[in-house]
Amino acid sequence: MPNKVAITGMGIISSIGNNVEENFHALIKGATGITKTDYLNTIHKDTLKFGEIKLSNQQLDRKLGLQADHRFPRTSLLGAYAAAQAVERAGIKNINEVPTGLISSTSVGGMDKTEEYFYEYFENEAIRRFILSHDAGETSHQIADYLGIKGFVTTISTACSSAANAIMMGARLIKAGKLERVIVGGADALSIFTVNGFNSLMILTDDLNTPFDDHRKGLNLGEAAAYIVLESENQVQKNNKKVLAYLSGYGNANDAFHQTASSENGEGATLAMKKAFEISGLELTDIDYINAHGTATPNNDLSEGRAIQNVFGKKVPVFSSTKPFTGHTLAAAASVEAVYSILAIQNNVVFPNKNFKTPMKEFDLIPQTSLLEKPIHHVLSNSFGFGGNCSTLIFSKS
Amino acid sequence: MKKCYINGIGCISAQKTFEGGFLDEVEVNTTDVIFSAKNPDYKAFISPGAIRRMAKGVKMGIAASQYALKEANVEIPDAIITGTGMGCLQDSEKFLKAIIDNKEQFLTPTSFIQSTHNTVGAQIALNLQCKGYNFTYVNGAISLESALVDALLQIETREAGTILAGGVDETSGHTLSLYELIGLIKKKDQGPIDVLNPKTPGAVFSEGAGFFVIENQKKSTTYATLEAVGTQNTLQESEVISFIENFLNTNNLKPQDIDAVVLGNNGDVAFDGYYNEAETLFSNTPQVYYKHLCGEYNTATSFGLWTALHILKKQEIPQILQKNQVTKHPINRVLLYNHYRGKDHSLTLLNHADL
Repeated sequence: MPNKVAITGMGIISSIGNNVEENFHALIKGATGITKTDYLNTIHKDTLKFGEIKLSNQQLDRKLGLQADHRFPRTSLLGAYAAAQAVERAGIKNINEVPTGLISSTSVGGMDKTEEYFYEYFENEAIRRFILSHDAGETSHQIADYLGIKGFVTTISTACSSAANAIMMGARLIKAGKLERVIVGGADALSIFTVNGFNSLMILTDDLNTPFDDHRKGLNLGEAAAYIVLESENQVQKNNKKVLAYLSGYGNANDAFHQTASSENGEGATLAMKKAFEISGLELTDIDYINAHGTATPNNDLSEGRAIQNVFGKKVPVFSSTKPFTGHTLAAAASVEAVYSILAIQNNVVFPNKNFKTPMKEFDLIPQTSLLEKPIHHVLSNSFGFGGNCSTLIFSKS
Repeated sequence: MKKCYINGIGCISAQKTFEGGFLDEVEVNTTDVIFSAKNPDYKAFISPGAIRRMAKGVKMGIAASQYALKEANVEIPDAIITGTGMGCLQDSEKFLKAIIDNKEQFLTPTSFIQSTHNTVGAQIALNLQCKGYNFTYVNGAISLESALVDALLQIETREAGTILAGGVDETSGHTLSLYELIGLIKKKDQGPIDVLNPKTPGAVFSEGAGFFVIENQKKSTTYATLEAVGTQNTLQESEVISFIENFLNTNNLKPQDIDAVVLGNNGDVAFDGYYNEAETLFSNTPQVYYKHLCGEYNTATSFGLWTALHILKKQEIPQILQKNQVTKHPINRVLLYNHYRGKDHSLTLLNHADL
């Protein structure tokens, strides 16, 4: 491989913790972050549960040290918080010392402010500073400004696979020698918009989500931000950097089946996994753990299960979905699960697929339901989104 | 490294750009502050039922991409890469308004389904049954350029041989009225708008779609080669010159090697100073402007790129686009520079296909 893609830092904030250690601790303890909402002003607050981060916007402002008149919607608050952790963990002092990019991702951007002030903007001048914070790209600008990045900053939005694609693009730019260092990941805050959108599609459960269970009823929405720092081998050697893991494979494909539903045979997902294997040069048997997309919607888990069988045949590696911990964090999901995949490699552990009871009728795939300790060298992580967007990442031990 | 040829283009804008030709017929509008893109006859590209269902951005994206693919004689590309600053605004607003007005009740999912930023790219893929790589970039005024960076990378590293890349943005009522509220759009009735001699802040807003077939081989339809794309999140006016010089240096060029520079002036008195800075490098170079014809939107550079490709192919710069009186022949290298309100700066370098 001409240019290996090293991961040298990671940062996360999710409903199970405000940093990497807290997230790891919750995963090990089996402590879910799915609760009733404390902050969302929705008529569904008594019937639905969410993977909500228990910090108000004001508390996040203080943690970030922002001025009172800042323009950050919640997505940017979460994004800046997680990205700053990743940069710090990577030991980066002077961010523009080498060409450093930011590729972020989000699905809602500043929607929380837009829905709060939709009509009020016309009467109240003081809040109008948030009008331009609606657009997805602006949240990346805010995160880049917070980190002090001056250079290549862009945003990917492909629904629930967004962060995987941001990570993939970053890796490709490093491999091609276009960037020496890039911060990649995603952020999405809970919003009334997405809650009602998914609710109108009837894919939200009124209980806790149960991936790969025959009686699964749908997903819990969550919010999170997670970023990883990718660096070239050149930077790693020059600065004698500690490498957390390598990004060894990636693939994106389109199901081209339906705007929101996945094909029953999982064609797009199958193609994405196969592409990731091609890039990595790994054998099927090299994969020690699959961190599944596993949203617990009837459609996803069937399609993904079929795709996993298409790729792995009868020898399906140990797999689990961590969505019962965090809920489905949309554009951030793949970067949250990238952090979990790296933690699995670092600690030689498979995190449990909570809430599973009954195997699905359609196949005999059983997820790992308890914490499992075993040597882990390679983790495959799937993320799929609306618009048939299917992405796979493979992480490997350093 | 593989060369990157642009072999087919489709452009929908406030001008008649869709039917072929190169601005043979131009509408100069100096009074309106919002332009609508001219709708082509969508029936040639989309079924009647879908035409009724789809928002304008999706329709423009499908029609422009079909046109480009047909011109390049490509059936199914290896990858589809879309840029959109604001995404599917019309459906987003529709769903959000329904949520607020009906207090989260009686909602149907249709507009939510179509509101995600990657709807245009997904619908193009669905129509073509294209199962390849499908990315959507949403980063303000460099949304299209991010897609071009990606496309260039795919060709250079041989990840793909045929790529459909483009930009699309649609206007929508609520967002336009918010933009008017904060002065992003010029105030009405302040006299004729002169993009080159701005007196007032804000820009004329519009919408459109431009899609480009980018391939690793030259064809009879080739317009030019895409040589390099550079972007930067933010710059001070005083940094513009070094930004451009560094980009040219990286490509082993000097300002005098550029035969035409295409500038994104939008007539905003507060921000067009960036272009004045850039011009100082190109005082002996033909300068081109275009937003007086297509208006401003996050992916308005799709119109600019369409313009630049025609200039290279036809070796002529229509009078209506000329910003200065300098002429140069042959036109072998064209550089585009754009930004929006001091953010999302981009440089795109095109070469004549025979160069």
